[in-house]
Amino acid sequence: MQEPSERGSRASRVGVFVCHCGTNIAGTVDVCRLVEYAGTLPGVALAREYKYMCSDPGQELIQQEIREHGLDRVVVAACSPCLHEKTFRTATAKGGLNAYHFQMVNIREHDSWVHEDKDAALEKAKDLVRAAVRRVRLHQALETKRASINPDVLVVGGGIAGIHAALTLANAGKHVYLVEREPTIGGHMAKFDKTFPTLDCAACILTPKMTAVKAHPNITLWTLSEVTRVEGYVGNYQVNVTRKPRYVLEDLCVGCLECIEACVYQQAKVLDEFNLGLGKRKPIYIPFPQAVPLLVVIDPETCIEFKSHKCKKTCVEICGERNAIDFEQQDRTETIEVGTIILGTGFKVFDARRIPYYGYGTYPNVYTSLELERLVNASGPTGGEVVLRDGRTPKSVGIIHCVGSRDAHTNRYCSRVCCMYSLKLAHLIKEKTEADVYNFYIDMRTPGKGFEEFYNRVAEEGLKLVRGKVADVYPEGNGDGRLVLQVEDTLLGMVRKVPVDMVVLSVGLEAQADAQEVRRMFNITCAGEGFFLERHPKLAPVNTFTDGIFLAGCCQSPKDIPDTVAQAGAAAAEALALIDAGSIEMEPNTAYVLEEVCSGCKTCIPMCPYSAISFLEDKKKAEINEVLCKGCGTCVAACPSGSIRQNLFEDEEIFEEIEGVLTYA
Amino acid sequence: MTKPKVAFYWCAACGGCEETVVDLAEQILDVVAAVDIVFWPVALDFKRKDVEAMPDKSIAACFLNGAIRTTEQEEMAHLLRRKSQTLLAFGSCAQLGGIPGLANLWQRESVLERVYQECPSNVNLDGVRPSRQYRDNGHSVTLPTLFDTVLTLDQVVDVDYYVPGCPPTPKLLLEAVQALLGGNLPPKGAVLAPDHALCEECPRKDTRPDKLMLTEFKRPHEALIDEEKCLMAQGLLCMGPATRGGCEALCVKGNMPCTGCFGPTSRVKDSGAKALSAFASLVNSNDEKEIAGILGNIADPVGTFYRYSLPSSLLRRKRVEA
Repeated sequence: MQEPSERGSRASRVGVFVCHCGTNIAGTVDVCRLVEYAGTLPGVALAREYKYMCSDPGQELIQQEIREHGLDRVVVAACSPCLHEKTFRTATAKGGLNAYHFQMVNIREHDSWVHEDKDAALEKAKDLVRAAVRRVRLHQALETKRASINPDVLVVGGGIAGIHAALTLANAGKHVYLVEREPTIGGHMAKFDKTFPTLDCAACILTPKMTAVKAHPNITLWTLSEVTRVEGYVGNYQVNVTRKPRYVLEDLCVGCLECIEACVYQQAKVLDEFNLGLGKRKPIYIPFPQAVPLLVVIDPETCIEFKSHKCKKTCVEICGERNAIDFEQQDRTETIEVGTIILGTGFKVFDARRIPYYGYGTYPNVYTSLELERLVNASGPTGGEVVLRDGRTPKSVGIIHCVGSRDAHTNRYCSRVCCMYSLKLAHLIKEKTEADVYNFYIDMRTPGKGFEEFYNRVAEEGLKLVRGKVADVYPEGNGDGRLVLQVEDTLLGMVRKVPVDMVVLSVGLEAQADAQEVRRMFNITCAGEGFFLERHPKLAPVNTFTDGIFLAGCCQSPKDIPDTVAQAGAAAAEALALIDAGSIEMEPNTAYVLEEVCSGCKTCIPMCPYSAISFLEDKKKAEINEVLCKGCGTCVAACPSGSIRQNLFEDEEIFEEIEGVLTYA
Repeated sequence: MTKPKVAFYWCAACGGCEETVVDLAEQILDVVAAVDIVFWPVALDFKRKDVEAMPDKSIAACFLNGAIRTTEQEEMAHLLRRKSQTLLAFGSCAQLGGIPGLANLWQRESVLERVYQECPSNVNLDGVRPSRQYRDNGHSVTLPTLFDTVLTLDQVVDVDYYVPGCPPTPKLLLEAVQALLGGNLPPKGAVLAPDHALCEECPRKDTRPDKLMLTEFKRPHEALIDEEKCLMAQGLLCMGPATRGGCEALCVKGNMPCTGCFGPTSRVKDSGAKALSAFASLVNSNDEKEIAGILGNIADPVGTFYRYSLPSSLLRRKRVEA
C-alpha cells in the first residue's frame, strides 16, 4: 500500500485491435469511435479495427502492426476469451511478442449482445478497453509448460451413454473404470421394452453391450459405487470411489441364484425398484434377469438378519462352501488415478405428483410412462400384459403428453423424447390390448430419422389423436375406477370429456437430484434447467469448462438413445484425442510463494484443491508445485500476508484493471 | 556540529505512542545525546508559535502519532510537514487510522450524541455540547472542528515513513532513530518494520497443524487458552497470519491473540478484506447455512478485521446517508 511496487515498469507501446464480428459487435458498439478513443489512452501506440479479427487477415494485421510499429503489448476487443483468447495469443506470439503480453476484452457477450442502448454500450466498451490497456501494460512474459496425460479413463454412470463410451475406449486399448451407483448397469434403457422408431427390443441391443462391459479385460466395473472426491487436473485426476456393500462377495458369488430361492421369505414381499414398485422382490435379489454383473444383492433395510440378527440365514446355508454372503461388509474407498473423465450420469423422470390435478398417486389407474414401459415389457412384472392394478385389461387408455415439459409451472423445456415414446407406447398398448388409445398432445414433435414415418404409421393404426392440453383427470364417479380426462380439443374448438380405464402420464426428463453436488465435485457448470453445461452448444457439445471432463447422454440435456450413443462416442473420441496427444499445454497462470516473506502460517496448505502446496519443514515456508497448480487462485486469496502471487493475476494487474474500469474518463 | 532536530506530536490517539518514547527508559539519554528535541508538547513546554518560527525543513525528523480528525490536527500536520525534512507516521492511528478510525462507522453527529448524551457514564442533564466559540470574562476561545471522517496522516500530508504498532515498541522507535541518524533508510514510503507476517516470529509457530480448518471461532474469554499451542489451532481469531511482524509476538507471549495493530504487509492493499478472506477460507464446511453459522459467531467483524485500519481501507468509512 504505502511501499513502492517492486515491479511497476509499464509498457508504453500498446496496440489495440477492435473486432466488428460482422454486425455482432459493430451493430451495437460504434467501433470507429471506440478505436478513436482507444488511440488516446496513455501508453497506446495505435488502435485498429477489422471486420473479423479472428480471420487470417485479421490475425495477420495484428502481427504486421506489432512488427511495423514496434508494439510491446496487444489488446484485442472482440468476443469471449473462451472462444478466441488462444487465437490471439498465438497471433501475438507470431508477431514476435510473448504470448502473454496480450489481454482480451469481451465486448460481444459482455456488451453488444446484452445491451440495446448504443451510447451506453460504447461507454461500456471504452471502460473495458481502458481497463485492459492499463492491465496489459504491467503484464510479465510467461512461458507455458506441458503436463503428461494419464491414459486411464473414468466413466461415471453405467447407462447406455457410459456403456458405449467405456466400450469405445476399452476397444481402443485404454483402461476404463466404469462406476455405477445401482447394483447393475443398464440404466433407464434396461427398463424399456421396444425402442422408437424401429421397435427393436431394447434388451436385445443393450444386454450384449452390458455383458461385453463385464467381459472386457480393459474395463474395471464397479457397481453400487459412487465417486466421492475428485482432485487434480486434466491428465492427472485423483478420484475416490466409495464402494457400498452388496453383502455378497463379488469374486465368490457365481450367480446361481439359489440363495434367493432359499430366503426365509417364501414370497417376494418387497416393492421392486427396478419395476418401479409394480412388482415384488425378496430382501436378497437380482434387479432383473439380465443384470450385469449377475450377482445377488442384499437389501439391509428389509433383510431380517440386519434387523434382528436372529434369521436362520437359509441363504448362507445354501451358499455353503462358496461362502459368498458376508453380512459384515462395509463401505470401502478405492483411490484411482485417471487422465480424463466422462460423465454419463443420466436423468431422473419428472415426479408426476407435482401436477396434482392429473391424480398420479391418488387414482390407482394413473400410471407414468416409465411404469408402462415395465408393464409392456415381456420380462416385466406382468410378463408383458398391460393390465390395471386390479387385473383387468383396459379397454381405453389416455396418454397425456408433456407432463413436466413445456409447462411454465414445472419445466419450460421440451424433453425431446416424450412424443415419440408416447406414440410407441400407444402402438404397444394397442397391439397387446386392442384398447382405444388416445394421445393428448400440445404439438407433435417428430424431428428425427424415421420419426415422422413412425408417427404416420401409428396414426394409421387407428390411434385417436387429440390436440390439447389436458386440464383435469377425475373419477367418473360410478365406482368402477374409470377416469375422465377433460381437455380443450383445439382442433375442434370445444371442451371434451373423455372417459378411459387407464391414464398414462408422459413424464419429462429432469436433471438428477444430486446434479448440483456432482457438478461441484467435478468442478463443472450446470445450465439453468440443472443439466450439465457443455463448453459450447455447437462447437464443443461434449466438452465442459473443465479440461479433461466430458459429457455424454441425458446428464447434458434430454435426448434419445441414438443421440446419446453418438454423444458417448464423441466424448470417448475427445478423451482419446487427449490421451494420444500424450501431454497437454498448461496455462502458465500458476501461483507462487514469495519464499523470503512467507511467514509459514500454513493457511494455504488445506486450501489447494490439487494438493499442490506443501510445507517445507526445514525452511518453515510453503511451496507450490508448479506442475500441480492449476491457477485457481484459492491460495492467493487466502494467503493472509499477500505472500502468494499468481502469474497473470498479480494484484497490481487486477487493481489496475479495476481502477481502469472505474475511472471516469 | 549541531545535532539533528527531532519533533514529536500527538493528534487523534490515546497517548500510548508517547509512552513508547518514555519507555525508551535510560536509552532516551542516548537519543537525547544524538538529537535535539525541539518540539514535544506532552513532555516539554513548546508552543505552536515556536514551531511556526522555525525555518522550513529545519526539523530533521518529526514523529507524528494519531489520526487526523480535527481542523487543528490538520493544521499541525501541514505545519510540521513544512518544517520537517522527514515526516514519520508513528503508530497505528497515524499509519492506518487506528482505533479512533472506527468512528468512521458513524457520523460526527451520532458520535457527539453518544459521547455527550447517551453514554451511561455521563452526567449532562442540560445536554451541553462543545461549541466552537466560547466566551468567558471577556476572553474568547475557538475550538477546532471535529471532522465527519477520521483520516490517516498520509490522507492529509505527504508521509515519508511509517512506524507501525499500537503503540510501536521502543525497539522499533530506536531502530527508526538509528536508521535516520545513519542515513540508512529504505525507499520512501516504507514501513520501518519487517515485511513478513507475525507467525514468522511467533514462539508457537511449530504447533500449528499443517491442515488447519475450523468449525468455530472463539473469543478469548470463551476459551481456557493453552499457553503453548497456536491460538488459531485453539479456534481463536489470531490476526497474526495477516499482520506484519516486528513486535516479537508480544500479545501472544501474554497468551492473548494478535489483534493486528502492526497492520498488513506491504503486499496487502486492504488488510481487513485480506484477513477476512483468509479466515473465511479456513471454515470447514460446504454447507451455506453452516458456514453462515460459523462466521456468525465472529462478534463485530468490522471491529475485528478492520480494528486498526478502517480509514486506510478501500472501504474508508460507512456510507454517508444523503
